[in-house]
Amino acid sequence: MSDDIYREIILDHYRNPRNKGRLPNPDVSIHDSNPLCGDEIDMHIRVEEDKIKDIKFEGRGCAISQASASMLTEMVLNKPLKHVKDLVKEDILENIGLTNLGPARIKCALLSLKVLKMSMVKYYADRDPESASKYQNEPGAF
Amino acid sequence: MQKSALSVYEIRQDFPILKRKVGNNKALVYLDNAATTQKPFSVINAIHDYYSNYNANIHRAVHQLGEEATFAYEQTREKVAKFINASSTEEIIFTRNATEAINLVSYSWGRNNVKDGQSIVITEMEHHSNIVPWQILSREKNAKLCYIGVDDRGYLRMDEYKSFLDTSNVGLISLSEMSNVLGTILPLNEIINLAHRDGVPVLVDAAQSVPHMPVDVQKTDCDFLAFSAHKMLGPTGVGILYVKRKILEEMPPFIGGGDMIKEVHKQNTVYNDLPYRFEGGTPNIAGVIGFGAALDYLNSIGMDRVRDHEIDITKYAMTALADIKDVTLYGPLDANDRGGVISFNIADIHPHDLATIMNESGVAIRSGHHCAQVLMERLDVPATSRASFYIYNTKEEVDIFIDALHNARRIFKV
Repeated sequence: MSDDIYREIILDHYRNPRNKGRLPNPDVSIHDSNPLCGDEIDMHIRVEEDKIKDIKFEGRGCAISQASASMLTEMVLNKPLKHVKDLVKEDILENIGLTNLGPARIKCALLSLKVLKMSMVKYYADRDPESASKYQNEPGAF
Repeated sequence: MQKSALSVYEIRQDFPILKRKVGNNKALVYLDNAATTQKPFSVINAIHDYYSNYNANIHRAVHQLGEEATFAYEQTREKVAKFINASSTEEIIFTRNATEAINLVSYSWGRNNVKDGQSIVITEMEHHSNIVPWQILSREKNAKLCYIGVDDRGYLRMDEYKSFLDTSNVGLISLSEMSNVLGTILPLNEIINLAHRDGVPVLVDAAQSVPHMPVDVQKTDCDFLAFSAHKMLGPTGVGILYVKRKILEEMPPFIGGGDMIKEVHKQNTVYNDLPYRFEGGTPNIAGVIGFGAALDYLNSIGMDRVRDHEIDITKYAMTALADIKDVTLYGPLDANDRGGVISFNIADIHPHDLATIMNESGVAIRSGHHCAQVLMERLDVPATSRASFYIYNTKEEVDIFIDALHNARRIFKV
């Protein structure tokens, strides 16, 4: 089963992460961590015309969390914010090809999505506090 | 006198869980003993027996079940006092865990004795349970929290310790006798002698030492000692705090309520005698009784033999690990200076990934910061993997562990 988890593509994104680093003038930057594992992710996002114009992440942690973050940035770059809002955990797990992770490791895979969603909430809250609530995640989304 | 080695294969028969299959239907190789140990039949049966035959609340009831339960509960207190060579059972307080034991000292003794401007001295290798209570207390009392450093070989910087004693007004020293990450065993006699020369009391976090080696509170002359039952074959939910009698007599209660009182009036209370004054509310009676069976079990083996077995298996595992490419070992390289806890990293494989891969071979190791983030910063790593041994672990299990490591290297292509 480990051979199924740690496929070539996961190891490739872990060792050669895409969109890793900072952005000069991000519209929003958010940090979060997984207290059990110590996995950490920072997302930096620039928005133009309601699209994700640029996205970078920083982080450290296990191969699953870091590869998942790298793949997520590729998935949402140049996509409308509405698309990000509609993303659910199944989208992420399918995107990284890990649909049968146990409860301990699924949090690693979903940390980057959590940070991305937090970024969206902050982005809207900074601009229009009242409308931000509609971007809140449904309870239990993670 | 020649000591015979402990009979690991016989011991294993006493632990039902060791027959379990995990991961890919593999025999369990349980190497997470620093987190919690497995329980022998005798402990499980003692709990079963209490609930089946004499379940009752303690210290109050006059009926037969109440007397039997009280007797069994208090018998464990006697066993604990003997196990660590306390001078009386009045110095033994049952808590929920070692964390609560340390917090009891902090809230009761600390609030009344640590003064504005004093230093509380701990080490860089402490578990969070021996850091956070002192952070809370030092904020409250405007005291300074100071850390004795760890050198690159994993030993305590005794020079720094001496300089803290020389240069600052130290109110308390609190340190772990054995690091739960590095395995480092501290020179406790020397540390306590130096502290007492300056009249400074010492708390020993013995969560990792009491389960694995002989501990004698009168010999080391420590003032406080905290440990947990579940790390030494006992149930969860039982911690032990030893406090030297003359200190304990002056300590105000920590938790107010039933069982810790003699008389309660509308505006005032006469507190109960030692040690009951510190055990408010119905305790974990079944857990304490189960712990008594755990102490019997360890006594039947002998703590010298437990220690010898762990030195032996730790040496074996460290030698095997050192032969693997790209392995970094943390802590003292001499197994005589450390407990049976080995923290390591291998190439760029994150400990969580390693633990996931090893689980498939049935090997349970710990990965993460081990509740020691201050030490992780000192080592400059986000996390480590940790294998920790106990009386039922065999060299064959170490071999399975090493094979599983090679499997992880193959999967990660390193």
